[in-house]
Amino acid sequence: MLLIPCPYCGERPELEFRYGGQAHIARPENPAALSEEDWAGFLYMRDNEKGVHAERWRHVHGCARFFNVVRDTTTDRILGSYKAGETRPETLR
Amino acid sequence: MVERPARLPALPASVIGADGVTLSPAPDGARFVFRGPEGAAQAADEAWGTPLSRVACRATMAMGRAALWLGPDEWLLLAPGEEPETVAAQLAARLPGIGHALVDVSHRQTALILSGVLAETVLAGGNPLDLDIGAFPVGMCTRTLLGKSEIVLWRTGRETFHIEVWRSFAPYVCEFLREHMREFGG
Ligand SMILES: [Zn+2]
Repeated sequence: MLLIPCPYCGERPELEFRYGGQAHIARPENPAALSEEDWAGFLYMRDNEKGVHAERWRHVHGCARFFNVVRDTTTDRILGSYKAGETRPETLR
Repeated sequence: MVERPARLPALPASVIGADGVTLSPAPDGARFVFRGPEGAAQAADEAWGTPLSRVACRATMAMGRAALWLGPDEWLLLAPGEEPETVAAQLAARLPGIGHALVDVSHRQTALILSGVLAETVLAGGNPLDLDIGAFPVGMCTRTLLGKSEIVLWRTGRETFHIEVWRSFAPYVCEFLREHMREFGG
């Protein structure tokens, strides 16, 4: 079982978590000003990275908070995690 | 006089015993989920009677009341034997004008006590955490899973665990633990 490092609780078994998709996707300030293509891009288009990927996780059966994880999608190796709202640390590029 | 619907207990009244482990219902009482920023938590420290833990996954206890850290701005408050309405009114009176959420979950949850030298082993039958005393010390508490049910697990003694569970999941959790106790004569 994968151990996922929650920034609040520490390393916990993956059963306690839910995946939350790619991290750092900001909702456009003014959706009405966007073209349909751009809005569809915000809603549906993701990087689908093969390799190191920043993604959101939620410790739903623990502290219940969302946070960010940097994971290698080819090996499942987790490089680290940081709180929601924080910028991705340079050490986790 | 307001007539209240009868509340049936969700748990068997009796104790389930096995060699080296016992499962029993915990005393009923008032329960709340308290949420708020640091300012509200400071006010609640005094109002509740035991300071709310700022350390993750730790519980504090005083005068029969307990406060369990559930998240960075979320605590489970337990007052066994106390009336929810009275306790809520007392708390609200001591948090005037301070933004917070106090949700009465007295009827939502119930609790079990699992104790004995094999308590750790029985829990490990359905919980993925490392329950060794070094990794999960006395006073540690957390939301986690037991089988398919979410629980709040709190180690109140070296060989004693307090298990908070939502009422409708209580019979499942009870039977799940009983199943794992059968191995030891339960
Ligand atoms: Zn957590």
